[in-house]
Amino acid sequence: MATVEQAESMTETSKVETLGEDGVRRRDFIHIAAVSWAGVGAAAVALPLVNQMNPSADVRALASIEVDVSAIEPGQAIKTSWRKQPVFVRNLTPAEVAEANKVALGSLRDPQTLAERTKPGKENWLITLGVCTHLGCVPLGAAAGEVKGEFGGYFCPCHGSHYDTAGRIRKGPAPLNLEVPEFAFISDTVVKIG
Amino acid sequence: MSFPWANEYKPQHPVMQWVDERLPLPRFVYNAIGGGYPVPRNLNYFWNFGVLAGVALVIQIITGIILAMHYYASVDGAFNSVEHIMRDVNGGWFLRYAHMNGASFFFIVVYIHIFRGLYFGSYKAPREMIWLLGVVIFLLMMATAFMGYVLPWGQMSFWGAQVITGFFSAIPVVGEPLRQWLLGGFAPDQAALNRFFSLHYLLPFVILGVVILHVWALHIPGSSNPTGVEVKTESDTVPFHPYYTAKDGFGLGMFLIFFTLVTFFAPNMLGHPDNYIPANPLSTPAHIVPEWYFWPFYAILRAFTVDFLFIPAKLLGVIAMFGSIALLFFLPWLDTSPVRSGNYRPLFKKFFWFGLIPCIIILAICGVMPAEGKWILLGQLAGAYYFAHFLIILPIVSRIEKTEALPNSITEAVTGQPAAA
Repeated sequence: MATVEQAESMTETSKVETLGEDGVRRRDFIHIAAVSWAGVGAAAVALPLVNQMNPSADVRALASIEVDVSAIEPGQAIKTSWRKQPVFVRNLTPAEVAEANKVALGSLRDPQTLAERTKPGKENWLITLGVCTHLGCVPLGAAAGEVKGEFGGYFCPCHGSHYDTAGRIRKGPAPLNLEVPEFAFISDTVVKIG
Repeated sequence: MSFPWANEYKPQHPVMQWVDERLPLPRFVYNAIGGGYPVPRNLNYFWNFGVLAGVALVIQIITGIILAMHYYASVDGAFNSVEHIMRDVNGGWFLRYAHMNGASFFFIVVYIHIFRGLYFGSYKAPREMIWLLGVVIFLLMMATAFMGYVLPWGQMSFWGAQVITGFFSAIPVVGEPLRQWLLGGFAPDQAALNRFFSLHYLLPFVILGVVILHVWALHIPGSSNPTGVEVKTESDTVPFHPYYTAKDGFGLGMFLIFFTLVTFFAPNMLGHPDNYIPANPLSTPAHIVPEWYFWPFYAILRAFTVDFLFIPAKLLGVIAMFGSIALLFFLPWLDTSPVRSGNYRPLFKKFFWFGLIPCIIILAICGVMPAEGKWILLGQLAGAYYFAHFLIILPIVSRIEKTEALPNSITEAVTGQPAAA
């Protein structure tokens, strides 16, 4: 085993041997390269440790759902579940459609028209996620007898966000309109969500 | 480090001497919480709460390890396994109620411990590190308590998880992917429940580690005291054992009386009945409230209702809520008064009792009330005062206040006589 004195004298010699004209030791390169490579290795190991937290394949393998909307009368709505999240399918009354179209876009926090949130010719079918854009509660207003809020759409009881008849945020802490999922009418009465 | 007059460890038994020479653990304990730790002679009962918090942590770890033997983290079975513990496991109801209320009592004693520090200026030099580690422990406790509350997978568990993880989606750009990464899905589900259980088991041991650092940092300058005057001579101190082991023992007895009273006679008093409804992702409870110890922070979160300077209200609420705790890290440098104890600071004392304390009580009430009408405004005012107290009032008071005369020594404060040289 080398003593401290021996180790020191060894360092001295190696300095003399490898110190270049520019004052850079050739061994420095080996040190930096070795530590860098170890860093790459650590990052490579950390990647799966971090990535395992992301949604797994069975969670990502999300089937689209088909919803039969024939039984929903104007003014009614149903709640269904998609990607483990609630979806509201609402048949707006002509009065509700008119009310949504009447609003000046400039006055909205997240400006969008009803037409942009529905399919052409099917403006009365409002399909949104039932997830408040504030902190993810399920707003009230889809089921009969629930509070619809000050703007006749949906009301989130958690922190008091009010949505209008186009599912747009009008009052309260939520920053965005209720999200409209990707959807298409397969026939007049069946909607495919996702 | 200790004072030069600290008693030295002298093993009574040859076995202890044998151990001490090979691994000085008995010496370490003696110097930490035994006769070898000189403590100011004038500590009042507020100085019991550090030891009580340590006892509460031990109660939580023991009951928690046992509960984990009977619980399973599955979205289909978690709720039933908790009911199985309550109804079928021998004495399971006691263990669960002790763990449930143990969390509340842990927070009660820690809050008193924190306010002791705030009033008596325990965060000031040379004890800043003790304070900083204490804030870290507090944050870890909050994370642990939140994840523990999710485990029974009742309605409040589920919607609490939804709301709390929703904080992260407020962060611009990376927020939503970050939330999905934390949950392992698009909404709280099996993946989230499993990882919360794993972390809920891990974090108490992390807390224990930080507590050891907290106590280590305490033993360098030694304990503070109600006068805030530093220890000068041997007559200012008494050995921790038997003086404070006895006093803490009395405090512990009182603590256990209250703890068992609640655990046996009103075990659900501090909980929410909605958590006895199994989690339903399609139906939000009419009124989501966190556990009582989060009410003031929840009120700050909800205080922001309009966007400001293009920053969404939601993000502002989240920043303010985390900021309300983060600012405690800066407290030792915000309060620049050389006098530690509030007893000798007439102006500080007024703002403490008539400003900070009522403000936090009002915030707590706003946190449990529905977010509408006057409760929003009241929460906003109290939230504003909370920040103003630490960021504006304390620095100004520290500069303009005329403090009262301090006693020359702890001995003089206690006996009225100067310390014998």
